[in-house]
Amino acid sequence: MCWKPMATSASPLSQGVPSPVFDAQAVKADFPILATTVHGGQPLVYLDSGATSQKPRFVLDVERAYYEQSNAAVHRGAHALAEAATEAFEQARKGIAQFVGAQAQDLVFTKNATESLNLAAYAFSNATAIAQWDPASVDSRFVLRPGDSVVVTEMEHHSNLVPWQELCRKTGATLRWIPLTEEGRLDLSGLDSIIDESTRVVSVVHQSNILGTINPVRLIMDRAHAVGAIGVVDACQSIPHMPVNVHEVGADLLAWSGHKMLGPTGIGCLWGTTDILSSMSPFLSGGSMIEMVQMDGSTFAAPPQRFEAGTPVVAQAVALNAAVTYLQALGMADVAAHEHALAGYALEGLSKLEGVRVIGPLSNVDRGSAISFVVEGLHPHDVGQVLDSRGVAVRVGHHCAWPTCRRFGVPSTTRLSPYIYNDESDIDAALEGILAAQSYFGVK
Amino acid sequence: MELDSLYQEIILDHYKHPRGKGLLEQPLGSAHHVNPTCGDEITVQVSRDAEGGLQIGYEGQGCSISQASASVLTELLTGHTVAESQEAREAFIALMHAQGLSEPDEEVLGDAVAFAGVAKFPARVKCALLAWMALQDAEIKAGLLSRGEGS
Repeated sequence: MCWKPMATSASPLSQGVPSPVFDAQAVKADFPILATTVHGGQPLVYLDSGATSQKPRFVLDVERAYYEQSNAAVHRGAHALAEAATEAFEQARKGIAQFVGAQAQDLVFTKNATESLNLAAYAFSNATAIAQWDPASVDSRFVLRPGDSVVVTEMEHHSNLVPWQELCRKTGATLRWIPLTEEGRLDLSGLDSIIDESTRVVSVVHQSNILGTINPVRLIMDRAHAVGAIGVVDACQSIPHMPVNVHEVGADLLAWSGHKMLGPTGIGCLWGTTDILSSMSPFLSGGSMIEMVQMDGSTFAAPPQRFEAGTPVVAQAVALNAAVTYLQALGMADVAAHEHALAGYALEGLSKLEGVRVIGPLSNVDRGSAISFVVEGLHPHDVGQVLDSRGVAVRVGHHCAWPTCRRFGVPSTTRLSPYIYNDESDIDAALEGILAAQSYFGVK
Repeated sequence: MELDSLYQEIILDHYKHPRGKGLLEQPLGSAHHVNPTCGDEITVQVSRDAEGGLQIGYEGQGCSISQASASVLTELLTGHTVAESQEAREAFIALMHAQGLSEPDEEVLGDAVAFAGVAKFPARVKCALLAWMALQDAEIKAGLLSRGEGS
């Protein structure tokens, strides 16, 4: 193994320490792809980790080693490799669960966070459909009727919006949302009327992928529980970037993805309380998720297997557990402190650029390092093109949060989203690229 | 600079000074297309002038490539026949899929030959095609083109 945990100094976020807490250049050396060049020799400056993170050699080596040494079908087969694969898979479940303060039995593997959120939404629509014919076989907390409400926020990624829109379409329930302030934070002034006695499920994003805002999810989950609603949190942009403990979040279900936190693509996670998971109807059905199958019907396995139909994501889970090991070696508090410092540096740099408007909180309080902005007179796609020509990779577009863009009167934005392997020189490269774009298009 | 092969002067000029932008008073057909990956939108409308030539109107918001493409298309095809617009569209689509290797026909494409460099930027091909595909849809909705005739 060629990765090493970095020496760290204690620097809690609350002290607002401005300098990086670990050596990002040393971290960067662990990521083979970050040594590549683009467009004829430009060093790559990767600032698109909100879309997907890069992978350290350690994670790649662990996944390769799994395939070279342990690969077999899990939970079946009476041979040595099958046992080794099952052991690796279930150890991975344990490691990933512990990373968020959870028990292995409460962690479901999916193919991505979108599937995790759909799995949650389908628990309601499936229960509602089954209840028409066999109400005794489903938990009434998941049965929706016209007059019920489902609550999200105006800053959701489409993955935590469209599945709930669809649930409402299927059940006659009404979708409500918590609006945003001008600064890009949740306007909680009407919370008690938005989440009321009619509310059956509340699903909110922990950290916005487009605005960077970190939401007070505990408060919202507590309000959901006060009216008897089930609480769901989309943690895709929080778990990779800061310490998250599922019990502190207070949700019943929490979804996130592997590839944004140094893990491979093809794996998502859904954590749930034992009570909620065991009360949920299955989403995908078929092999591996059953207890007994007869021609006239079947019974289902206990969670998490109930929600893992078909061959599960074994190599991905093993590799994601390696990603967790890598992040734990850095320390999630230090990861958060590092990103906090970078966010402050970027916000300050952007504020000095004429014609640049940040979409999202300007203050570096309760916000992550994903920073969206628009440049007056320039379309984000053109800004991104100029940045790309200089080797700087950013995301442009609506970031799968189209309603959020509309809320701020912009069709799309350009987004910087740094991570553990970025430092201030990467932010500088982006800022210089913005000036170059303004100059190229003659808007300044 | 590689950027210059994408952002030809003609493209930037059409972006900054769009030709024929605006909607028609009495369109025969109208189509609204979006590029869902970046949120670019365009509405293209068609009608016929007194001689039976195409009248084209459009409104949209988006990047320089998508908006310049709409302007170029409008200037190029206004007053022309549906068959000519179809021929130009086929030539433009072929150009976009040529990866910068083919020599575009300026007789057919006019200023649209400036988009040849876009083909080397796969992420931008959709931007360049947006207005052209919306025009085809508008012609179909106007009954000027049948669905099977589309490019």
